[in-house]
Amino acid sequence: MVKRILLVQPIWLFVIACFVVFSISAEHFFDADNFRNILMQASTIGLIALGMTFVMINGNIDLSVGSVVALSASLAVGLQDSIGVPAAVICALASGVLLGVFNGVITWKTGVDAFIVTLGAMIGIRGLVFLYTQEQSFYASDFAYSDFGFSTVFTIPTLAIIFIVCAIVMHFVLNQTVHGRNTYAVGGNREAAVNAGIRVGPHMVYNFMIVGFFAALAGVTLSTQMGASTPNLGRDFELWTITAVVLGGTRLTGGAGNIIGTVGGVIAISILRNGMNLLQVPSFYVLVIMGSILITVLYIDKRLTTTGKLELQL
Amino acid sequence: MSSDSNGKKVADFDVTDEFSSGAINKKAVLTLTNITKTFPAVVALSNVNLSIYSGEVHALMGENGAGKSTLMKVLAGTHQPNEGDIHLEGEKVVMASPLAAKLKGVVLVHQELSLAPDLSVAENIFLGSLPTKLFGRVDWDKLFEDTDHILTRLKCNFKSKTLVGKLPIAKKQMVEIARALVFTPKVVVFDEPTASLSDTEKVVLFDVINELRNQDVAIVYISHRMDEIFHLSDRVSVLRDGEYRDTLFTADTNEDQVTQLMIGRSLDNKAGQEKCETGETRLEVKNLTIPSLFEDISFKLRAGEVVGMYGLIGAGRTEIAETLFGLREASSGDILLNGEKVEISAPQDAIAKGLALVPENRKEQGLVLGMNCKDNTTMPQLSNVSSLLGWLDSKQELEIYNKYEKMLEIKTPHWSQKVGNLSGGNQQKIVIGKWLSTNPQVLILDEPTRGIDVGSKAEIHRLIRELAKSGYAVLVISSEMPEVIGVSDRVIALYDGRITAEFDGATLTEDQLVQAITA
Repeated sequence: MVKRILLVQPIWLFVIACFVVFSISAEHFFDADNFRNILMQASTIGLIALGMTFVMINGNIDLSVGSVVALSASLAVGLQDSIGVPAAVICALASGVLLGVFNGVITWKTGVDAFIVTLGAMIGIRGLVFLYTQEQSFYASDFAYSDFGFSTVFTIPTLAIIFIVCAIVMHFVLNQTVHGRNTYAVGGNREAAVNAGIRVGPHMVYNFMIVGFFAALAGVTLSTQMGASTPNLGRDFELWTITAVVLGGTRLTGGAGNIIGTVGGVIAISILRNGMNLLQVPSFYVLVIMGSILITVLYIDKRLTTTGKLELQL
Repeated sequence: MSSDSNGKKVADFDVTDEFSSGAINKKAVLTLTNITKTFPAVVALSNVNLSIYSGEVHALMGENGAGKSTLMKVLAGTHQPNEGDIHLEGEKVVMASPLAAKLKGVVLVHQELSLAPDLSVAENIFLGSLPTKLFGRVDWDKLFEDTDHILTRLKCNFKSKTLVGKLPIAKKQMVEIARALVFTPKVVVFDEPTASLSDTEKVVLFDVINELRNQDVAIVYISHRMDEIFHLSDRVSVLRDGEYRDTLFTADTNEDQVTQLMIGRSLDNKAGQEKCETGETRLEVKNLTIPSLFEDISFKLRAGEVVGMYGLIGAGRTEIAETLFGLREASSGDILLNGEKVEISAPQDAIAKGLALVPENRKEQGLVLGMNCKDNTTMPQLSNVSSLLGWLDSKQELEIYNKYEKMLEIKTPHWSQKVGNLSGGNQQKIVIGKWLSTNPQVLILDEPTRGIDVGSKAEIHRLIRELAKSGYAVLVISSEMPEVIGVSDRVIALYDGRITAEFDGATLTEDQLVQAITA
């Protein structure tokens, strides 16, 4: 029974373990305010991770999400003086979706690996951000905009609620819809998917649009928290996102994974950061520990899940 | 080999386990005693005994999952047995790794190709034991010279410097076989070596095997193909469910006896060729052409009949099927369904128009191994089991799956079982069920029984007949002559991309078919 739970969602056990350990060892950890804090911190990477889960189950990857976060934040803050907040936010989100179309169509039509295409996009889009912002940070003049980032609904941060609602929606999209099923099929065996009449190319484009949208949404929510945008926003976000998704059990080669695991991965990273912060672990050590944990968790996962018997000994 | 020479050989054998009589005193070069291998939750081999003599071809048979491959992997050092001993030339040995086994003279020719596509033929053949000179540099001259030597011996017409990735699959198989000749082997294990070879290449392979036999090498030959076993082997050992059943002299036994040992019951081999009423023409192909693949292909397929398509690898069989299904674009020619000309430019068009293709490689092209039985079954028609917004109706999906599980007698513990865990025969049934569930009018089966054990094979043949009887128009593509002849009402013979002849299935003989596919 224990093994079954471990097999299905090992990351949640890790989350529970961390939770217990920090509750005991860190003085201010077990506290409603701190929980709100963790959820809010988790929401940015979390939103991107939802989209990334789709792309990765699909057998692709998107490295450009960090740059999209910066572009979307800059547009949302930079445009709001001229066209108003709602229109600026729509522009920001649209930019993410469009760049998703771009990534997807290039990957589909050229056959170049998504890793390379989105690596190029990551560099190029960052360049666009610098072009647009002239290396300047933008500040939101509308205080309602920056207040939104710290608003709450029934004491729960609005941003956390956005993340949770999106997670639930995406969970059902992945499990209960044709698109979700095809995501697994294409990632599991592309040739079989083609043979079954699935339009693999457009399908992949939709998933890049989904991750683009969520990256842009994360850019907007992040800028509401900061009340500003900087051109360097979102650096390394692609790495944190992929870490969270992989911790959540999504396979890099595609075909397997789920949203519940991804949310677990996101929360795990957030709790670790927050807990170690409260224990006043110097931030450089935090990075070393996070890296070690990533490898350890995946190693345990591999030991538990592989049909190890058939594996080659290297 | 003629049956005469077979007979003579057997005269040398004694009924006991030792070859005491005869001109050549054969001794057991390799003995496996009480080999037991368990994997978590599975006993793959249980107390298996086997002795192999030098200078014999020892066939190893059994259904899928009987433990043949596991036994050979134990022998070749890939797996370590939990219990039991291996004796090589009278001495107890431990095969710690594939390389250790190779150095001891035991070589396994893999069923799945394990070649590095971006390395040359020579490098692949000598992989792991490249000849070196001072400071560990590769001795290229010697490498290519040695390789050329081996390639000549195998009558291969490709060069030692060619990249393996550029070779067609049959030649890759020859490279794999060439690897066995690098060392002076004492025991060579061939695991289904002919699965992707053409008939000419098979002849070369059999020559090589015979040559090895004459050099007193012991050969273990694993195959599902009875004709090869009876053509080639001296003795046959049979495994069933991980247990050793018996060893028979090939000349003293027959297919029925071997089959009975393998499946534990006798097998009704004939697919039941009662003619069914053929209805109207479902599919008509007119002058279909893709230059350099096939030309001028025309045939008709009626409801209620099975048409076999037979030809060598490279004759264009699979390509024709792929073109009908929209995976390739024909440069000229027409496809008519129910008398109406149709344009099929993608699989989804073909599916919508009532065509279904069960592809050649179920693992690569047919199934998503990590998905469960139900999801694989409903894959081509998700739009039929979902609402407008794309919301799946799992109840409806399950209904479809259960219907075909029952109809095809798919054996699986539960619909949520991943298809990767099913046996080959059941996997193939899932693929067939998947396509039947789209309610096609024309069903194309490409190599429907490749890599499937004898028991399930007969079942699938029966199924094909039943499908025709119930009104489907069925096209069966196969490289197995008995299968094509056994299951088809008519047979179309292909040679080099052209139809050379059409036969009535009931009166067709193997000779006629051989003539037709060799120009």
